[in-house]
Amino acid sequence: MRNNCEESITVVCRCEEITIEEIREWIERGYDSFSELKRILRVGMGPCQGRGCRDIVMREISRAHHIPMDEVDPGTVRAPSKPVKIALLAFGKEE
Amino acid sequence: MECKNRADVVIIGAGIVGASTAYNLAKLGVKDVVILDRGTLCGGSTGSCGAGIRAQWGSEMNCRLAIAAIDIFEQLDDELGLPVGLNQGGYLLVAYSEEEFETLKTAMALQNKLGIKSKVVSLEEAREICPALDASDAVGFTFHARDGHADPFLTTFAYVEAAKRLGVSFYRKTECIGIKVEGDRVRGVSTTKGEIDADIVINCSGAYSHVVAKMAGVDIPNWGERHEIMITEPVAPGVCPPMLMSFSGNYYIQQRPHGSIICGMSPDGHEQSFDTSSSWRFAAEMSKKLVRLLPSVKGVRVVRLWAGLYDMTPDGSPIIGETDVKNFYHSTGYSGHGFMLGPVTGRILAQSITGAKPDIDFSTLDYRRFEQGELIVEHSIT
Ligand SMILES: Cc1cc2nc3c(=O)[nH]c(=O)nc-3n(C[C@H](O)[C@H](O)[C@H](O)COP(=O)(O)OP(=O)(O)OC[C@H]3O[C@@H](n4cnc5c(N)ncnc54)[C@H](O)[C@@H]3O)c2cc1C
Repeated sequence: MRNNCEESITVVCRCEEITIEEIREWIERGYDSFSELKRILRVGMGPCQGRGCRDIVMREISRAHHIPMDEVDPGTVRAPSKPVKIALLAFGKEE
Repeated sequence: MECKNRADVVIIGAGIVGASTAYNLAKLGVKDVVILDRGTLCGGSTGSCGAGIRAQWGSEMNCRLAIAAIDIFEQLDDELGLPVGLNQGGYLLVAYSEEEFETLKTAMALQNKLGIKSKVVSLEEAREICPALDASDAVGFTFHARDGHADPFLTTFAYVEAAKRLGVSFYRKTECIGIKVEGDRVRGVSTTKGEIDADIVINCSGAYSHVVAKMAGVDIPNWGERHEIMITEPVAPGVCPPMLMSFSGNYYIQQRPHGSIICGMSPDGHEQSFDTSSSWRFAAEMSKKLVRLLPSVKGVRVVRLWAGLYDMTPDGSPIIGETDVKNFYHSTGYSGHGFMLGPVTGRILAQSITGAKPDIDFSTLDYRRFEQGELIVEHSIT
């Protein structure tokens, strides 16, 4: 789908290059939480950890499944809240 | 979605094991299979695992199961109609003493006998396989090129989607809260969405399997154990394409095809736990190992820490088969290797349930082995 220039291609998750079409395809299969779409598509798994795409994906879920935004399951946000260098974790300093 | 109140088979748990079992039952012609999960797909151990696949085992049973699983993985995209993300960069096992190297070589002899083409490699060869490796303190290595990993999410979703196409019903957010037993046989399950009568019930609930077994009055000696893991931002490929693993060194490290490095280690002892929180202590210890083994990664950033549960048994091998309650089956206790075994154990259990001869005789994995003292001896685990 991504190679077809005729299609509109909207990248939702810039880190992992996930398009809105891919998101909609899996929402149509019945999945209705951010975690499920993250697992199958890797949306939100990159360096920004969903800061850029979580809201867009949740809005799609809300629209497709007719549930209010605040009832869409946003999933878990995992530590660290900002990426940390391995050397800092290992030695307490960046060297 | 309305739940059915009757099924031929109810499977409790939609991790890799339940998903594979559901798909294989439907493929063998069982009409009415229900798979349910109190959360959703991959909400348990499967979603938190390292997803490594290896045939370098020390017991004949694990070798047979694992190589059969690799055969399945190699054609699974075609079979299921969706990609599972298989990547065969091999497993490079590292020994840090002569004694440990001997154990690896003994295991290798067994593997070779069973058709697994593992081999000893030199330090130079190890560096070719794993370019960033600094393992001057290692005594020896073994390698098997068909080992590797697959994507646990893609694999489990692919099984469930294929199962659904064959008529399997998948109920999310449906918790099993009771198992109905009449006389000596199972009759169905009670769930948070209602009762489902069933001829056969299969417990695939991972680290909660002993809790679910108890609902049918069956005791199994399993327990949950917390294992931590972390992943880095993507970096240029070629750092550590194989799964780099050591039993005494207590680590597994691998760079995924899209560039992230994933790594984990086992906790001290075997404390029983349902806790899946992360600790900075793990991040620090794991990072020290990383810097020692792959010095060039020290500036790479860790983006995510998490933890999951191993469903442990006293001998670290799974429990598969019927219980004292007729038609109530287990497929549990996979410790740190259920992702790789799920594709094959789902198949052989489905074969056995439908009256076909299983590809691999798994009768020694009966849960009564613990009472009878017939444990499966496996040295190739941490
Ligand atoms: C950090 C870590 C690294 C690992 N690395 C590897 C590896 O490299 N290779 C490998 O092969 N394996 C690995 N494993 C092990 C592997 O994850 C497990 O063996 C495997 O996922 C087990 O699958 P399962 O389907 O049995 O269990 P799970 O995936 O846990 O599935 C069980 C499901 O049952 C559900 N459930 C529980 N109770 C109920 C109930 N009462 N009602 C309804 N549903 C219920 C849960 O929600 C869950 O989804 C690792 C595990 C961890 C934690």
